[in-house]
Amino acid sequence: MSILIDKDTRVMTQGITGKTGQFHTKMGKEYANGRNCYVAGVTPRKGGQSFEGIPIFETVKEARQASGATVSVIYVPPPFAGAAIDEAAEAGLDLVICITEGIPVRDMIRTRYRMQGGRTILIGPNCPGVITPDEIKIGIMPGHIHKKGPVGVVSRSGTLTYEAVGQLMELGLGQSTCVGIGGDPVNGLKHVDVLKRFNDDPRTEAVVMVGEIGGTDEEEAARWVKQNMRKPVVGFIAGVTAPPGKRMGHAGAIISGGKGTAAEKLAVMEECGIKVTRNPAEMGKLLKSVLR
Amino acid sequence: MKIHEYQAKEILRKHGVATPRGYPCFSVEEAVEAAKRLGGKVWVVKAQIHAGGRGKGGGVKLAKTLDEVKQHASRILGMQLTTYQTGLEGQKVRRLLVEEGADISKELYVGMVVDRGSQRVVLMASREGGVDIEEVAAKSPESIHQVAIDPVKGLDDRDAEDIARKIGVPENGVRQARDFLKALYEAFDETDASLAEINPLIVTGDERVLALDAKMNFDDNALFRHPEIVALRDLDEEDPAEIEASKFDLSYIQLDGNIGCLVNGAGLAMATMDIIKLYGGSPANFLDVGGGASTEKVTEAFKIMLRNPKLDAILVNIFGGIMKCDVIAEGVVAAAREVRLKVPLVVRLEGTNVDRGKKILAESGLPIISGNNMADAAQKVVAAAQGR
Repeated sequence: MSILIDKDTRVMTQGITGKTGQFHTKMGKEYANGRNCYVAGVTPRKGGQSFEGIPIFETVKEARQASGATVSVIYVPPPFAGAAIDEAAEAGLDLVICITEGIPVRDMIRTRYRMQGGRTILIGPNCPGVITPDEIKIGIMPGHIHKKGPVGVVSRSGTLTYEAVGQLMELGLGQSTCVGIGGDPVNGLKHVDVLKRFNDDPRTEAVVMVGEIGGTDEEEAARWVKQNMRKPVVGFIAGVTAPPGKRMGHAGAIISGGKGTAAEKLAVMEECGIKVTRNPAEMGKLLKSVLR
Repeated sequence: MKIHEYQAKEILRKHGVATPRGYPCFSVEEAVEAAKRLGGKVWVVKAQIHAGGRGKGGGVKLAKTLDEVKQHASRILGMQLTTYQTGLEGQKVRRLLVEEGADISKELYVGMVVDRGSQRVVLMASREGGVDIEEVAAKSPESIHQVAIDPVKGLDDRDAEDIARKIGVPENGVRQARDFLKALYEAFDETDASLAEINPLIVTGDERVLALDAKMNFDDNALFRHPEIVALRDLDEEDPAEIEASKFDLSYIQLDGNIGCLVNGAGLAMATMDIIKLYGGSPANFLDVGGGASTEKVTEAFKIMLRNPKLDAILVNIFGGIMKCDVIAEGVVAAAREVRLKVPLVVRLEGTNVDRGKKILAESGLPIISGNNMADAAQKVVAAAQGR
């Protein structure tokens, strides 16, 4: 078991003919069961062509009908990425993972509005994607640093997630699924949504939650953990040293209106029974200490 | 992206938001001329810098004669204006806004921001205007009213009127206030703003609302479709190092410490700053080289960090995914040679092609200190910066 994706997932790449889409589709196809998982691509006006043996379609709907894919990954450039998510949602896909960085917030507000009440789950945008190690990789993370195991990882950042995974691997701990939810203020799944899935996943025994400054997602997740989580959760929040009002790379990583500081988040997480570390080099060690 | 008050007011006026009449001025003569053109008996001379808190710092003055306009303009233009947002060195005033004086009976607050929770633009309003809204939020949060705006229908008439009444707009002014708020949202939405703040929103003696001050920020990701907003950028208001970095698609923010950090990924970059602090050091900057750093980009990143005279050591922390460690290592070696690096350099590499990367560093003949992991690298750079 795992969450969100596994070896039986069938995925299409939206934006498969762009440089990024091509590169990461190839990497995904070469990873574990990827050969069977990557079944379609979508690029308008390029239907009928193929990439690495993967057929390309004009629309998501056609790709879905022809290939049976129910998941898409988006590498479409920012001005068109909102519309790409809309199209995937309208085609009724189960899951859309949007890697694209730099989508205008206004576009995402409208896209999220249209997705209300629909069945499609969104991860991202501006995220590294999702990997269920030794089964399937959808996104831009390096596959080879992962292996299958009992630890769930959820994070707003890319390379900091790899750092957490690297520390787990040093201690011989594999992962059930690693989910990068992305660094944008208006996005799909939040920490809490991913934690709920890890809670229900029999293979996940403990979770590393990596957060950063800005917003209150980590606090909401922590309150949910206190009431509902049956598995240990450990956490780290990046940005203790970040000054207020300065955007730290990610559009969402900004302390504004006195809210969203790392100190506040860490305090709430601790209150809710999440073991936290202030040392980003000790995420793996901390997780190991809570593993039953 | 940030703009000046007078620019924000021009945008707002185009959308039908009521503001006082006024003109931007770049010299004392222009200021006097503007006052003459405005007519009336009272004028306000306002320093135009991007930071807030200008009034308290002496950057906003009331004038009752043209002579006073001249005096205030000559004093404010060119001054180093220090506010709680500028830092101790302050910001040089190069532009003024000269406005007609307003008849103020009440000072209120309205603002719009993107709310992550509701995933909507939220209108915030309070009867306590003219003061720092963060203080109001801390002291009397119940006095701040909020409404999430439907992105398709826009701000609802009834919601707008309701908010106007709650913040104390007199009944006679409610309809005009409603139109004001709707126009404000329209301006926000059409320009891809990330923040709009009217503080204070005033109620005049004849019971109309007016934007006495205005602040607008814009979503950097949407600037590609707003050349008219990009044209308002004032480079004098930005940190030169940050401007230089943005040319190379590097995300750089200068901080107060002495240890330069070069990292891939925003989250890891913040974590690197944090761990330096944890081991007793102080980061000189946030610097995210992004996912696809080339040798050229790494060299530019070194140059930008080295502009900082406080720099005592540099930590490069790379977790290679897409970015291969050998490519980064070559970039670091080339950069260190090109800039003739004099401060200690600690490099920590992990991920794709890490062994090749380490080999390149070791064989370069440069005095590069290798960090085995994040903690080891942070401890080494803190020690190096302290001269140990």
